[in-house]
Amino acid sequence: MLLRVAWRRAAVAVTAAPGPKPAAPTRGLRLRVGDRAPQSAVPADTAAAPEVGPVLRPLYMDVQATTPLDPRVLDAMLPYLINYYGNPHSRTHAYGWESEAAMERARQQVASLIGADPREIIFTSGATESNNIAIKGVARFYRSRKKHLITTQTEHKCVLDSCRSLEAEGFQVTYLPVQKSGIIDLKELEAAIQPDTSLVSVMTVNNEIGVKQPIAEIGRICSSRKVYFHTDAAQAVGKIPLDVSDMKIDLMSISGHKIYGPKGVGAIYIRRRPRVRVEALQSGGGQERGMRSGTVPTPLVVGLGAACEVAQQEMEYDHKRISKLSERLIQNIMKSLPDVVMNGDPKHHYPGCINLSFAYVEGESLLMALKDVALSSGSACTSASLEPSYVLRAIGTDEDLAHSSIRFGIGRFTTEEEVDYTVEKCIQHVKRLREMSPLWEMVQDGIDLKSIKWTQH
Amino acid sequence: MAASSRAQVLSLYRAMLRESKRFSAYNYRRIRDAFRENKNVKDPVEIQTLVNKAKRDLGVIRRQVHIGQLYSTDKLIIENRDMPRT
Repeated sequence: MLLRVAWRRAAVAVTAAPGPKPAAPTRGLRLRVGDRAPQSAVPADTAAAPEVGPVLRPLYMDVQATTPLDPRVLDAMLPYLINYYGNPHSRTHAYGWESEAAMERARQQVASLIGADPREIIFTSGATESNNIAIKGVARFYRSRKKHLITTQTEHKCVLDSCRSLEAEGFQVTYLPVQKSGIIDLKELEAAIQPDTSLVSVMTVNNEIGVKQPIAEIGRICSSRKVYFHTDAAQAVGKIPLDVSDMKIDLMSISGHKIYGPKGVGAIYIRRRPRVRVEALQSGGGQERGMRSGTVPTPLVVGLGAACEVAQQEMEYDHKRISKLSERLIQNIMKSLPDVVMNGDPKHHYPGCINLSFAYVEGESLLMALKDVALSSGSACTSASLEPSYVLRAIGTDEDLAHSSIRFGIGRFTTEEEVDYTVEKCIQHVKRLREMSPLWEMVQDGIDLKSIKWTQH
Repeated sequence: MAASSRAQVLSLYRAMLRESKRFSAYNYRRIRDAFRENKNVKDPVEIQTLVNKAKRDLGVIRRQVHIGQLYSTDKLIIENRDMPRT
């Protein structure tokens, strides 16, 4: 009898409802309610520390940095991580054939999202590798006749860095400035194209300010001047409708972990009609049409394909929801706080990426204060340095406003409650920080800060 | 094979909502909106296609709920206050 009771108790414990398991090892950074100490990077041994209260995770509002895996994507990937583990390039047995079939299915899913042919999709390790292949590969292939490239000042670091390394090889690069709205001037682009220009690279949606560039017009200009057009569409794929034929795009970079897919995978679209020749960066066994050697990671590309398929189905629904939530966030913040500036053109703008500058408040201190919301003040790649983001500088933001910018990301899984909570905390902390700010005091007294002569000692 | 009846579709709807409650706010809302959006579909072939897709999705939800529970972690700061329902 005692044994049966013990068994029943054990069974109940095993099938208990989900919740924090006290015996579970610490897996993530923990946030203690009411704890004012800064988050430590070391996973603490919580067994030793006394329980202060329930430990809770911050809200995730940083979807431009990365996105969670959609459960449908994980469900598609798992069989290839558990049982179907063959190398897709093994031609002689069923393990290889089933892996290859999955890889080709994923290729079709990616292609249909952007209106391409599956033969034009090459799988890579991410958008950074895709950007490198596009820029360095095209430039080097046509090196004998064409030595000039054009890009913009607001591109992602990997594009700018690739261009810089090409300059060291003897190429000439024009970095187009952007207007205050964040959008490039099409007339300037036309003027910059020279007879020896091989490539124009302009990102579709900016990851820091969410501005949408006029891709269709740029495509038209490039096609009429016989220049290849590459776009880094990592933030745009699956979120806004893209068609490589309508927009006359010759090369496109796709990132897996920005569209609710796995990290470590991406793709590059390389047009075949008319053929764009690219010099391969990675040498090896000739996989992926010789453009990117190396075993294709079946589980990851299956995840990327599933993510693209889900994105195609959900695009309209997500866009409507995200636009509504974005409106809600901006309106609620702006009506409760004065002196808030939205960076980037409000019309040609992807609603899921909102970059706001709060005057008279330091961005880092606001981020620290909003410790129960995961936010960023600029792209993750540049956050190590103390300099304000180069994108904000390129759109002409004043130094002080550039330092006080925060980027809010709204994604497929963001709820209304999360947006409301973020808005509430943001308003509360901005007001508190402004109360402490001497600059704010001076502004309230009517002093024009630009007229002050800050003396030097 | 007879096309799915109203009763079958409703029971599938209820099953999916029930499963998704243990998951996340997104699923509950998405299922409700998807069924609402398609409530006026009359073509039996299309209905059957949608029902088959829903059955597959129900399988996905069941599996992923289970995996989520195996790897559960702490609640979100907002779940402390009330259950997210939008």
